[in-house]
Amino acid sequence: MKAAAAGPVQVRATVLTVRRVDAYHALTLVAPAIATRFRPGQFVTIAVGGPETSMLGRRAFVVHDVHPDHGGTVEFVFDARGPGTRWLAALRARDSVDAVGPLGRPFPVPQNPSRCLLLGVGYGSAPLFALAAKLTDRGSSVDFLLGGQSADRVFGALTARRSGRSATITTADGSLGARGPVTAMLEQVIREARTEVIYASAPVPVLRDVTALADRYAIPVQASVDVAMACGIGVCMGCVLPVTGTDGITRIVRACVDGPVFRADLVRWDDVGTIPFDALGAPGWKPKAEGHLHAG
Amino acid sequence: MPADMRARLGPVELPNPVLAAAGCAGAGRELAQFLDVARVGAIISKSIMTEPRTGNPAPRLAETPSGLLNSVGLQGPGIDAFLQRDLPWLLSHGARTVVSIAGQTIREYGALASRLSDAAGVSAVEINLSCPNAEDTGRLFALDPATAGSVVAAVRGSLRHDIPVFAKLSPDVTDIVAVAGACVEAGADGLSLINVLLGMVIDPGRLRPALAGAYGGLSGPAVRPVAVRCVWQVAEAFPDVPIIGTGGVRTGRDALELLLAGASLVGVGTAIVHDPSACSRVARELETELAALGADRVADVIGQAHGRGALGARGAYGIHGRGASELVNGPSGPSRQTG
Repeated sequence: MKAAAAGPVQVRATVLTVRRVDAYHALTLVAPAIATRFRPGQFVTIAVGGPETSMLGRRAFVVHDVHPDHGGTVEFVFDARGPGTRWLAALRARDSVDAVGPLGRPFPVPQNPSRCLLLGVGYGSAPLFALAAKLTDRGSSVDFLLGGQSADRVFGALTARRSGRSATITTADGSLGARGPVTAMLEQVIREARTEVIYASAPVPVLRDVTALADRYAIPVQASVDVAMACGIGVCMGCVLPVTGTDGITRIVRACVDGPVFRADLVRWDDVGTIPFDALGAPGWKPKAEGHLHAG
Repeated sequence: MPADMRARLGPVELPNPVLAAAGCAGAGRELAQFLDVARVGAIISKSIMTEPRTGNPAPRLAETPSGLLNSVGLQGPGIDAFLQRDLPWLLSHGARTVVSIAGQTIREYGALASRLSDAAGVSAVEINLSCPNAEDTGRLFALDPATAGSVVAAVRGSLRHDIPVFAKLSPDVTDIVAVAGACVEAGADGLSLINVLLGMVIDPGRLRPALAGAYGGLSGPAVRPVAVRCVWQVAEAFPDVPIIGTGGVRTGRDALELLLAGASLVGVGTAIVHDPSACSRVARELETELAALGADRVADVIGQAHGRGALGARGAYGIHGRGASELVNGPSGPSRQTG
C-alpha cells in the first residue's frame, strides 16, 4: 500500500510558463501532486491537442526539475519538432493540460558518497540537474559531461559549470567546448575525475558506447533511455527493449514501467529494435526445464 | 433521475456496461493506479496464449489521424503466469475479468479454455479470432466463417458451461454477418466487435514502413464508424445475441452510439492510451447521456437506432432539444442537411 501512495496521479495541470531555452522549449506546470511524489529520473506524460485531438498518443517527457512554489511545479524540456510538441510550445500561461506522473523508475543513488559522472546529450541532459542536487545533498561529487549537435543544443551547460565539480562540453560542430561526440571525451573525464558511477541520458547509440567504455573501467552505469512512448503506463506495449534480468533471462520489457532508467549492463543495446532469439517467449523459445512449473 | 447503469454479462451483474477492451488494460494493475478496477464494468485481459511470447520488434506503434496503428504481436506472459499472478490479483481487487484467449491452432484455443474452467474469477471468455492459424498458412481464424465456428465450438466444448463465450470478430471481412452467424451456430453466447482493421503507415523520412512488422492493426476514433456499422449489421441479423461493441469509443456519447446500434456492452480500448481513466469517465458520461434522453436504464437504448423500441418512437432527441446538430459528430439531432 505504501507503493500505491507514492504512485502516479492524473491531474489537470495549469501552465505556469512556456519559454525558449536555446533550441528547446521548457514548459512549467503547476502540479503539486506530481511534484511532491517526484524523484529524479522520472517522467510525466501529457495529452496533446486539446479535448477533440486527433493525436491519441500521450507525449512523455523526463522531468527537468520540480519546485515548491505555487504548491509544487513540474518542468520539462523538449524539442518542438512534431505536431504534438509544437502544440505544447504554443501553450500560454493559465492554459491547462492533462498530465500524468511521476512515472517510471528513477535514478538510484549510491548508498555511500561517490564520485559521479553525469552524462547528457541534447535535451537528454534535463533530468541530470535534479539528480545532481540529490547526489550532492548526500555527499557525492558530481562531474558533468554534456554534448549536443551545436551550442544551442547543449542543455544546461551554464548550470553544469556552476553546480558541478567539473563540466566538460562537446559539440558536433565545435560551436561550444570540444568538437566531437561526448564519447570522445569520456575516457579522459573518467580518468581525471576518477569516476565511480556514471549516470547517462542520451540517444541509444550513445548509451551503448558509454556502457561499453565504462565496462572497461568496471564503472556501473545507470542509463535513461529515450524511446517513443504512447501511454506511459504500461498498457500499449510500444516502448519495448530487450533487457537481461539478474536471473540471466532476457525479456522484452517496457521502458515506461521497467525504466526509463536501466542498469546499463543489463540492456542489450545492440539488440534494441529486435527480438533476440534467446529472449523469453521468442519464436522457437522453449522453457529450459520442461515441466519444472509442475515439479513443485 | 440518474439512469440505472447496471448491465449483465451472462450470469454476472456488472455495475455499468463499460468494459476495458482487450490489450488496452494491461493486466489491470496498470489501470488501478488511476481508477478503481472494481467499478469498471469488466476488465477484458490482454489476449492470453499458452506460452510466454515476446511479440514483435519495435517500432510497434504509429500515430495516425484519430487512430493508432499497432503491431505488438500478442506479447504476453503465457497462461501459467496469467493464472498464478494476474487473474488472482484482479479477483482480489474486486474486478470482473473477461479473459481474452488467442491460439495458433484450434486445439490451442480449446486447451486454453479448459485451463480457464478450473480458475476462479473468470466472468467470461472472449475469443480473439484475429490470430494467424498455424495450420492454414497464417490465415486469420476470423476471416472464414467455418474456421471461426470451429474455434468457438472447441472453446465452448472445453469451457465450464456457466462461463459465457464471446467471439471477437474482425471487420476485415466482406460479410461479418456470415462470420457472426457461424460463431452463434457454434455455440457463442455473445459476440464482441470489432477488432482492429489492418493498416499501414510509411515513414517518408526513412522511406520505410513505420512499423517493424510493416502492417498493423488500426484502432481509435478513426474506426468508430466501421464499428457502428458492424454492430448494426450483426444486431440486425441476431437481435437476441449480446454484443460487446468496441471500436473508437472515447466519450459517453460514443458509447451511446454503439448501444443504439445494438451493443449491450461497450468496450473502451485505445482511448485508455490517451486517458488512463477513460473507462470511468466514459461510464460517467454515458450516465449523463442516458439521463438527458430520459432513459431509466441502459436496456432502454440498446438497439434503439433500429427503430424497434419505445424511446426511438418518441424521438427522444427531438423532445429533449439537443441544440444545434453537427453533421460531423456522433449521434445528434435530425440534421437539416442531407447527404
